[in-house]
Amino acid sequence: MPAVQETVDQVRGLDVDQYKYGFETLIESDKAPKGLSEDTMRFISAKKNEPEWMLAWRLDAYKRWLTMREPKWAKIEYGPIDYQDLYYYSAPKKKDGPKSLDEIDPQILRTYEKLGIPLREREALLGIQKPVNEDGTEGGSDRRVAVDAVFDSVSVATTFKAELAKAGVLFMPISEAVHEHPDLVKKYLGSVVPVSDNFFATLNSAVFSDGSFVYVPRGVRCPMELSTYFRINEKNTGQFERTLIIADEGSYVSYLEGCTAPMRDENQLHAAVVELVALDNAEIKYSTIQNWYPGDAQGRGGIYNFVTKRGDCRGKNAKISWTQVETGSAITWKYPSCILRGDNSRGEFYSIAISNGYQQVDSGTKMLHLGKNTTSRIISKGIAAGHSNNTYRGLVTAHRRASGARNFTNCDSLLIGDKCGAHTVPYIEAKNSATVFEHEATTSKISEDMLFYCRQRGLSAEEATALVVNGFVKDVLQQLPMEFAVEAQKLISVSLEGSVG
Amino acid sequence: MPLLEIRNLHVEIDGKEILKGLDLTVNAGDVHAIMGPNGSGKSTLAYVLAGKAGYEPTAGTVLFDGRNIFDMEPDERAAAGLFLAFQYPLEIPGVATMTFLRTALNAQRKRRGEAELSTPEFLKKVREVAKKLGIEQDMLRRGVNVGFSGGEKKRNEILQMALLEPRLAVLDETDSGLDIDALKIASEGVNRLRGPTRSFVVITHYQRLLTYIVPDVVHVLSKGRIVRTGGKDLALELEARGYAQYQEEAAA
Repeated sequence: MPAVQETVDQVRGLDVDQYKYGFETLIESDKAPKGLSEDTMRFISAKKNEPEWMLAWRLDAYKRWLTMREPKWAKIEYGPIDYQDLYYYSAPKKKDGPKSLDEIDPQILRTYEKLGIPLREREALLGIQKPVNEDGTEGGSDRRVAVDAVFDSVSVATTFKAELAKAGVLFMPISEAVHEHPDLVKKYLGSVVPVSDNFFATLNSAVFSDGSFVYVPRGVRCPMELSTYFRINEKNTGQFERTLIIADEGSYVSYLEGCTAPMRDENQLHAAVVELVALDNAEIKYSTIQNWYPGDAQGRGGIYNFVTKRGDCRGKNAKISWTQVETGSAITWKYPSCILRGDNSRGEFYSIAISNGYQQVDSGTKMLHLGKNTTSRIISKGIAAGHSNNTYRGLVTAHRRASGARNFTNCDSLLIGDKCGAHTVPYIEAKNSATVFEHEATTSKISEDMLFYCRQRGLSAEEATALVVNGFVKDVLQQLPMEFAVEAQKLISVSLEGSVG
Repeated sequence: MPLLEIRNLHVEIDGKEILKGLDLTVNAGDVHAIMGPNGSGKSTLAYVLAGKAGYEPTAGTVLFDGRNIFDMEPDERAAAGLFLAFQYPLEIPGVATMTFLRTALNAQRKRRGEAELSTPEFLKKVREVAKKLGIEQDMLRRGVNVGFSGGEKKRNEILQMALLEPRLAVLDETDSGLDIDALKIASEGVNRLRGPTRSFVVITHYQRLLTYIVPDVVHVLSKGRIVRTGGKDLALELEARGYAQYQEEAAA
């Protein structure tokens, strides 16, 4: 059955403000006192029993943050954020750390069930159950997903850990990595997104609570997709994850991040940092499906999403690919970028950003060509409906020694209705004459004639819109791992619900 | 009961009256040709029947199988068995023709309370129909009408018609832009679907198409009204003498 129809079936009856994941789990939680001061860092650090160097790192970040100002250049509007009125740490209350899934609060497990996250290992086996080969290579064509679930600020369970360990892949909460692999953390943390990079990244450096850590050793092809689901549950809790992925020489890893958050009246702050490091001949594929609460039909509530994601192709022939499907959040401020440092390295950015209601999206990428013969490709599809604003903002630069650098950029925007806006802001700087940068951009309105054609063939107005939009974003959907492409397709239709008529 | 019954239909587009009291009755199994000069209202009639926005009547009634079609959404009309072969088929980038066909067919079936076709059933059906129309599998994998030649687009319309098996097919200048070979293939496609329960309204400017799709009734539409009705020989007469006399009559 075409996913379009399936989608529309599921979506029927849902309103813009009937957010599917808007339930709240009532569990006791362990919070830091509201507000931000050096004590906040000390509290978080103590909770995690962190070594001294980690606390020092946080405090240093906090000092820098105090001197910084919130960036205002993006095409987004929002009231002032009171940083003293937020909780910076919230963890489900527990006696000791859970040793197995049985020890996890059943409420949390139920929450994940509603989200459809395969927390238990056997449920994570998608399709036919087939073990991974002894040598850690993929067992046939079946895909498996390891999940590191982050509930508010701490990881509650990491599946497949043992099996990954057999392949030599480290996949764990970053709070654990600080203890178990301090050398790796010290070496790479903040090496792609420096502590003082920007206001939100610096805030994250001070108060980050948890996130994923991945290290794929030399020559290893990670035997399964790694996945983290983030979920913001606690009221008035900013969530500050920190993810660090290192692909050592000649290795490969595909990582998927999915996000949902329950409904809130207040706007919740989310300021994550993701750092990727790809060494010689390594490849990292990072995919995101972001479906945070976008606010209600009047534009009240919703997540403020200020995220810094950056990958460093630190070695020659390294490759980093970002794929994102952004449908949620009241405000999205996000520019997954690639530093193309190694010669012949490659960066890719594939994006679908959908905005409806009163959502504001300012998203794009930066491709920084430093090495010789580096290449990059940007495919961005923005879809604006309702009263939303959708901006693509991108920067492509070539350093003086980046001879032979090439970039291809294609930005397409689709408008649904006449109260929304789509904007494209590309910046291009070439300091080396032997570079080729190409830029294509189109803006189109979803054509009434096209919809009528579909409806004459029997599709409802919603089915017709979903079909046309799915066609519009096809180039990007193809970049997602298969099972997530289906999920993304569904999400697209959910997001556009109520935009026709 | 006639399958289609149009009474005193008046339609304005942007304040200008295009159809001025049109009457037409099509019985099940009949093929009606509507001929007329440019600007006589032929395409307007097609769009009104299919339910395009902006083509609403100011007076008159249209009953399809006894139901008032103005109470039905375009997709409801489609599911009830009304098909329009577009004069200018639309392109839908990124949506494979195969996906489009399947989505459309299953949407209609579901609305009628029928089970959706399984993948093998559907593929079998499409292949059969496509083969008869000389449509390559490769074309079915491409985006709907994207990069299709004029002839391919028209054949794709006939393919959709054959697959959806409507009760009434309105063909809006399906012959325009077709060379003689393509015209023959398209006409054969139509003729194969002719039967006692299926009706056609063939809109055309030229007699040529009607040598391949032989109509039961021919109407002349001029300035928004049917001004003459006859048998298939009327088409030949029009070819020989042109539309001039009808335009004067309608104006008078």
